[in-house]
Amino acid sequence: MANNDTFGKTLLVAGVLCLVCSVVVSAAAVILRPAQQFNKDLDRKANILAAAGLMEKGADVEALFEGVTSKVVDLETGRFTDAVDLETYDQRKASKTVELSDEIPSDLDKAKISRRVKYAVVYLIENDKGVETVILPIKGYGLWSTLYGFVALDADVNTVAGIGFYEHAETPGLGGEIDNPNWKASWVGKKVYAGSEVTPTLSVIKGKVNPDRPEAIHQIDGLSGATLTSRGVHNLIQYWMGAEGFAPFLNNLRAGEA
Amino acid sequence: MSDKTKDILLKPIFTDNPIALQILGICSALAVTAQMSVSLVMCIALTVVTAFSNLFISIVRNQIPNSIRIIVQMTIIASLVIVVDQVLKAYAYEISKQLSVFVGLIITNCIVMGRAEAFAMKNSPLPSFLDGVGNGLGYSVILMTLAFIRELFGSGSLFGYQVLSLATEGGWYIPNGMLLLPPSAFFLIGGFIWVLRTFKKDQVEANEYKMAPNTVGGHGAGEAA
Repeated sequence: MANNDTFGKTLLVAGVLCLVCSVVVSAAAVILRPAQQFNKDLDRKANILAAAGLMEKGADVEALFEGVTSKVVDLETGRFTDAVDLETYDQRKASKTVELSDEIPSDLDKAKISRRVKYAVVYLIENDKGVETVILPIKGYGLWSTLYGFVALDADVNTVAGIGFYEHAETPGLGGEIDNPNWKASWVGKKVYAGSEVTPTLSVIKGKVNPDRPEAIHQIDGLSGATLTSRGVHNLIQYWMGAEGFAPFLNNLRAGEA
Repeated sequence: MSDKTKDILLKPIFTDNPIALQILGICSALAVTAQMSVSLVMCIALTVVTAFSNLFISIVRNQIPNSIRIIVQMTIIASLVIVVDQVLKAYAYEISKQLSVFVGLIITNCIVMGRAEAFAMKNSPLPSFLDGVGNGLGYSVILMTLAFIRELFGSGSLFGYQVLSLATEGGWYIPNGMLLLPPSAFFLIGGFIWVLRTFKKDQVEANEYKMAPNTVGGHGAGEAA
């Protein structure tokens, strides 16, 4: 056997190996990119639809999504804007970009997300009478991870039509129960605002909601064994439905002048 | 199939199991076994990576300079893992989301590296490939057993189909939440090794040292002085 340990041979083997491996890896990445992108889009759309309560098992996501309009909202003014291009705007990336997001003062940062985007993409389902459902992106810190999801409100901009989280890393069986269909169903029909239209009343409480009490319409059962995740969900709802979040936009929408 | 190739393929499943005997690849066995479907994909991914990394390393083994041997193995393994990860993202998106970093961590799975160094560097391509498949299967046997127990008793389902009706959904079974947490897999792996070694006595290792008795002035005190 030839001596492999010479300086030249070592360099040659290393070089050829790197070349071959990099070609294989980049070929795989390039060839599979369209399929991955498609999956990602489909997943996002399925989550938006699931939050609105429109998603059924085995339904055609693309067809259902036809009825959904995407729009960009300026969170400061609470009005629709053309400041960013919907096609290329990536809200997740924007929340980490200085020009496209603002730092949240720590006393206001209920959801513990540290930066808030200036522009948020919202989804509207419209019928001939106007907006039927409005779907808002929400995020906030749970116990282990940031929860990403959507909450949908009915035409009165107060009644919850659905909620869903598409990304989190909470403990399966405990905090992971935020994906439990029964728990998500318990949100439907609850009211976000009571007197004030900037401060949300909707809260996730500890333990079970007593349905006989008048405030039950604003309360959600806490998840047993997942106090901190429940608290995280409570906080992110408080933040995003509040003045710092979507409240200005929702007020405009209610007045019909978004 | 000759006896030797059969041995290479089947021995790692029970006789020379990478997890139970060699205690390799524990980390992912703890992390991904809360659900059977996720475990299955992980097993397939690991088997594919081990088999092909063994194959490719064996093909080039006579050209590899000794000084950069480990790096060469690592590069081949890492490339294969990235390809597998990309394929999963394209064709099994839901599951790849749940496996998240653990597919990437196959790179550091000791089984892959261990087989490359211990077998593929010394043997010709075909036996190396079979050795990779065999060890992948050995890993899979443990993972699927763990996942079966953890998913059945932790969530009352198998492959996502509800087998035991849960109390939270109006049934009778109160799931054991601890089984969904990674540490439970430690106990299950321990139990598995115990059972395996009860039947295969030759796997029991000799004690590395003998405990000294706790008596004053005895053998133990003498050692300490």
